[in-house]
Amino acid sequence: MNGAQALIESLLQEQVDHIFGYAGATICPVADALKEHPEIAYTLVRTEQNAGHMASGYARISGKVGVCMVTSGPGATNLITGIATAYMDSIPMVAITGQVPSHLLGRDIFQEVDITGAVAPFSKHSYLVKDANDIPRVVKEAFHIASTGRPGPVLIDIPIDVQEQKLKGEFSYPEQVNIRGYKPSVKGNELQIKRVAEAIARAKQPLICAGGGVWLAHARDELLELAEGCSIPVVKTMMGLGLVPTDHPLNMGMVGAHGNHCANQALAKADLLIMVGTRAADRAMVDPVDIQRRMATIHIDVDPAEIGKNMQAAIPLVGDVKVILRQLLDRDIPVTDSATWLERLKDYRKAELSRQFPRREGYVFPGTALRRLGQRLEEDAVVCVDVGQNQIFACKYLPQKSGRLLTSGGLGTMGYALPAAVGAQIAAPHRQTVVVCGDGSFQMAMNELSAVRAEGLEIKIVLFRNHTLGLVHQIQSRSPYHGPFGVALDGSPDFETIASAYGIPSITVSDEDKLDGALDSFLGEKGSCLLICEVHPDVGTND
Amino acid sequence: MKQTISVLVENRAGVLNRITGLFSRRAFNIESLAVGVTDDPTVSRITIIVDSGNSVVEQVEKQLNKLIEVIKVRTLEENTFIGRELMILKVNANNKTRQDIMTICEIMGAKVDDISPTSMTMELSATPEQLDTFQAMMRPFSILEVVRTGVIAVQKGGGKI
Repeated sequence: MNGAQALIESLLQEQVDHIFGYAGATICPVADALKEHPEIAYTLVRTEQNAGHMASGYARISGKVGVCMVTSGPGATNLITGIATAYMDSIPMVAITGQVPSHLLGRDIFQEVDITGAVAPFSKHSYLVKDANDIPRVVKEAFHIASTGRPGPVLIDIPIDVQEQKLKGEFSYPEQVNIRGYKPSVKGNELQIKRVAEAIARAKQPLICAGGGVWLAHARDELLELAEGCSIPVVKTMMGLGLVPTDHPLNMGMVGAHGNHCANQALAKADLLIMVGTRAADRAMVDPVDIQRRMATIHIDVDPAEIGKNMQAAIPLVGDVKVILRQLLDRDIPVTDSATWLERLKDYRKAELSRQFPRREGYVFPGTALRRLGQRLEEDAVVCVDVGQNQIFACKYLPQKSGRLLTSGGLGTMGYALPAAVGAQIAAPHRQTVVVCGDGSFQMAMNELSAVRAEGLEIKIVLFRNHTLGLVHQIQSRSPYHGPFGVALDGSPDFETIASAYGIPSITVSDEDKLDGALDSFLGEKGSCLLICEVHPDVGTND
Repeated sequence: MKQTISVLVENRAGVLNRITGLFSRRAFNIESLAVGVTDDPTVSRITIIVDSGNSVVEQVEKQLNKLIEVIKVRTLEENTFIGRELMILKVNANNKTRQDIMTICEIMGAKVDDISPTSMTMELSATPEQLDTFQAMMRPFSILEVVRTGVIAVQKGGGKI
């Protein structure tokens, strides 16, 4: 058995059933070994970055580690944005890169790049394998590191000669991992748990802020149990969207700079903030110093470094979010008297939900389209949202049921949605999968329509066409800037023709009176479909 | 405020790179850094001096702990550890100045390692402050070269990390 075969054998041991990748010379031995194992499916992307995004979408829906594999040099550097995107959203991922022969490392030969060095700032860990006999241990460790504690991407760089190297003796896969420098905390400190319970019991106007960490810990049920059991309203960060359905009485929407007004009002008036699985980054917590001055704060997170990084919480609690919430629930926290508080919040919520959107002849307003789209989606639909105005509109106004909303919340990578949707649907073929994007972000990833076609996927793509990079257009239209520059999407193709070239039908709508009919035929289409909504270029996310 | 962080890491290629990379990307400033293998050949000890407030040092400590190859991190409290730095200093010396230089070396406890008709080279192991004093006293003779190792430190008493 050679190194490449040992790699595939190890991936099988980790129950890997899908790899997203791009071929190249230095990864050929692995391709050769993979060919013998049809139980691992392979999707060829059209640019390596999207292999990372597909693995991300796959990981977020399957709950498993996403795997992508590319060649050395430009293959590896193209993948960097995919790795950084996964790192910022703490997505469990293993990225495998081919590398030039080990005796030529450092000589700047054809397609050589120091990829482990390049990804160090935004990967959880990386390996440069120098001996094929290390491959089983390295793969075991990589999957363990990627999926435990605070999840994240791990890179394995394998020189081609190591892929070809014969292993000494039989292949054996280690049963256990022992890394002395890596022991993530799981259980919360009992004394801190007690302090948290007391703080909740004391509060009159408590508020939970739930982030992506709750999804990563598979702790949605525990979160809802705590919120419902103690009558605590919930705001979510962009990464936490979908944790509480829109029509849930305790749902207060998305908090932050681009969030819902009702969520920000709740945050402004709370007397206790319970942050769960969130790093309290700038977009969500606009003024952390002000928040910690005005109210009591509890911060529950698996990563100790998040405590005190952006916000100094009064009661920190480190450990696995699911385990900690269970510990709290087992304590029988007295129900707080939050009736007045909830009553007050109800009015804010009502105002938000009945918000009237502007109408413009010959155009569709994104908020209107998303509201009506959301009403029609299946209960557990997966909606992948791109970056820009489309992201803010969708995160603010798309009604959530018990499905998922996947977006690049941390890095804000345009072009994430379509490849993430491919990965998501491969992970859950029977779930309705929808993409929401703009004409800017769509053009960053539309080459992946090939994957949609090749895999025979059914992905419904909503494209807001305003012929500009809307969010930047919006920023440049305000002080201190002097008007839009370099954002007009001149020369964009006719997307209807592009879609049809990939065998995908399309519908274009520019009249809100025809929106319902258009949405019905769009979602009713068997197979993939593109819905283009014409949006006025001056539309802003605060309209 | 200067603070001393003692870090035990896996003795492997690339580990130091991860540590220094972490400092630069998180905008933490390193005052000095010294690395050497411990009694266990698979473990190295890195002593890092940073000049920052407590909250920054706490964050440095947590970020270091996140690195997979970092085994242990401890910020040493003032007056609870022995910190020493080695300096080798080369200075211009001739028949007129040699005796004055020797006097300073005796006072500071520096050892003369090399001598030539035009120069003298001394070594001194002491606290960074004492090294600063020695260096300042040598400046009038015109210093040719100075090299310092950065501080290494261990806790006082029987405690260890």
